[in-house]
Amino acid sequence: MSVTRAGIADDPLAAGEATPAARAQAAAEGRRRLALLGARVAIGVILLACWQFASGRLVDPFFISAPDAVFARLWQWITDGSLVFHLSYTLYATALGFTVGALAGFAIGFLLGRSEALATVVDPYITAIYCLPKIALAPLFIMWFGIGIESKVAVSAVIVFFLVFLNTFAGVRDVNPVHVNAVRIMGGGSWALLRKVILPSAAAWVFTGLKVSVPYALIGAVVGEMMSSNRGIGFLISQSTAMFDTASTFAGLVVLAVVGATINAALKRLERHVLRWRAPA
Amino acid sequence: MAILVEGVAKRYISRGREVEALAPVTMTIEDGAFVAFLGPSGCGKSTLLNIIAGLLPASAGRVVHDGAVVSGPNRRVGYMTQVDSLLPWRTAEANVGLGLELQGVPKDRAAARIDEMLRLVKLEGFRRHFPAELSGGMRKRVALAQVLAYDPGTLLMDEPFGALDAQLKLVMQHELLRIWENTGKTVIFVTHDIAEAVALADRVVVFSARPGRVSAVHEIDLPRPRDVFRVRFQPRFQELCETLWAALEPDMLRQEDAA
Ligand SMILES: Nc1ncnc2c1ncn2[C@@H]1O[C@H](COP(=O)(O)OP(=O)(O)OP(=O)(O)O)[C@@H](O)[C@H]1O
Ligand SMILES: [Mg+2]
Repeated sequence: MSVTRAGIADDPLAAGEATPAARAQAAAEGRRRLALLGARVAIGVILLACWQFASGRLVDPFFISAPDAVFARLWQWITDGSLVFHLSYTLYATALGFTVGALAGFAIGFLLGRSEALATVVDPYITAIYCLPKIALAPLFIMWFGIGIESKVAVSAVIVFFLVFLNTFAGVRDVNPVHVNAVRIMGGGSWALLRKVILPSAAAWVFTGLKVSVPYALIGAVVGEMMSSNRGIGFLISQSTAMFDTASTFAGLVVLAVVGATINAALKRLERHVLRWRAPA
Repeated sequence: MAILVEGVAKRYISRGREVEALAPVTMTIEDGAFVAFLGPSGCGKSTLLNIIAGLLPASAGRVVHDGAVVSGPNRRVGYMTQVDSLLPWRTAEANVGLGLELQGVPKDRAAARIDEMLRLVKLEGFRRHFPAELSGGMRKRVALAQVLAYDPGTLLMDEPFGALDAQLKLVMQHELLRIWENTGKTVIFVTHDIAEAVALADRVVVFSARPGRVSAVHEIDLPRPRDVFRVRFQPRFQELCETLWAALEPDMLRQEDAA
């Protein structure tokens, strides 16, 4: 009798079927998202309208330009190919800096995380270097690597390196000894331990490090371009500002904001998939 | 071949204070025996299990398993710990298959074995769920399936059924007994529950309150094979429970005094 009672767990319903209630919840979720999207678009439109209204009436357009002028400039950049020309340069520097910084940060964070003694010895140095504003290194990198793409890559790589390094380091040390013991008792050697416990366990940390460092990679590349360059969105912005061309400055900022938001949205999706085992918050 | 526990003692030193968790304990657990450890909370049952599993060094004495002194993770045992040891980034089925994977069992054979084990613990419907999506009792059952799946010769089980409801507990006890009868595994089973110890074990080792020491050993002479559902209606079962209660009682009362 009690055997069949426990058999309730066999019910396919228990494993998660698309019941009417589940479908209703999904539909409600869909409506909620639509409403959210509507509210967001509305706020954007209102802000743009205020900006357009204020420009020329309340504030001199010399300082704040106006949405129509900014979009006209954007359109011009798109049609004459200068957007692709500059943006590709910035994105290339960002991607390269991110990759170099992330790989180095992961490798060194991992090694140091696995070696307690070494980590303890170098700890104060890491903290000290971490506290440096990495942007302050940009002039030095320009001196070292010239005004080409290398100096932009270097600025962005250094920022990414530290973020990924610290997260990897923390992640590797955060491994639960209960999991380590379980795998060792079941016959796992150090290679199995690495692949089945340490890396997956650190993955959440590493991923957080990667996620927060993407915008910084972009910032690093743009700052490098602003200091000295003849190409890139950062160059475009600093050049426009120098020539009091506010419409172009704002157009450049819009491009950066859109690129940053797009990258973040993509990373959020990826994170949801990679870390789907985590308890729903 | 057997597990010999020879004068094993454990003192923990933490934050400048020394706690004597386990006074020297000596016992022999023969091959194929089903032994229950019974004792009040904090008397060192998990500590002793960790030492047998080779996860914790003893302060004194040693454990010899099948003729070899245990000095590192003891791969002769499967250990179902009191704390949750499932890997949170693996689904239920991937957790059940972990031991098989580590032992290098081929994929197709492992898959069949995983199915069988999930059926045994009544969780076929939850195979794709992650531990965070399962209840505490379900996680315990996945852990049980995991430790049974790769078929270790000795099972160390630390309160494996504590989180289950009374009926499911009976079902799991029944399955465990059946597996034990068919495979001849050695089982060390830690529990707080006198009836559970009597229903399952050949021998019950009673521990006294901290520092844990063996205060009594009782052979359970109920006939085999046992039916965990009906065994508790036998007069002999009641008698044995009373005897064990008498062995535990002084400690229970003393604990209340201290509290
Ligand atoms: N890592 C540790 N450091 C210090 N003291 C510890 C540690 N682990 C356990 N103890 C102490 O050792 C004693 C025995 O602990 P143990 O976990 O073995 O008890 P137990 O019999 O398994 O209890 P329960 O039935 O509640 O699980 C306890 O008094 C506990 O406070
Ligand atoms: Mg315990």
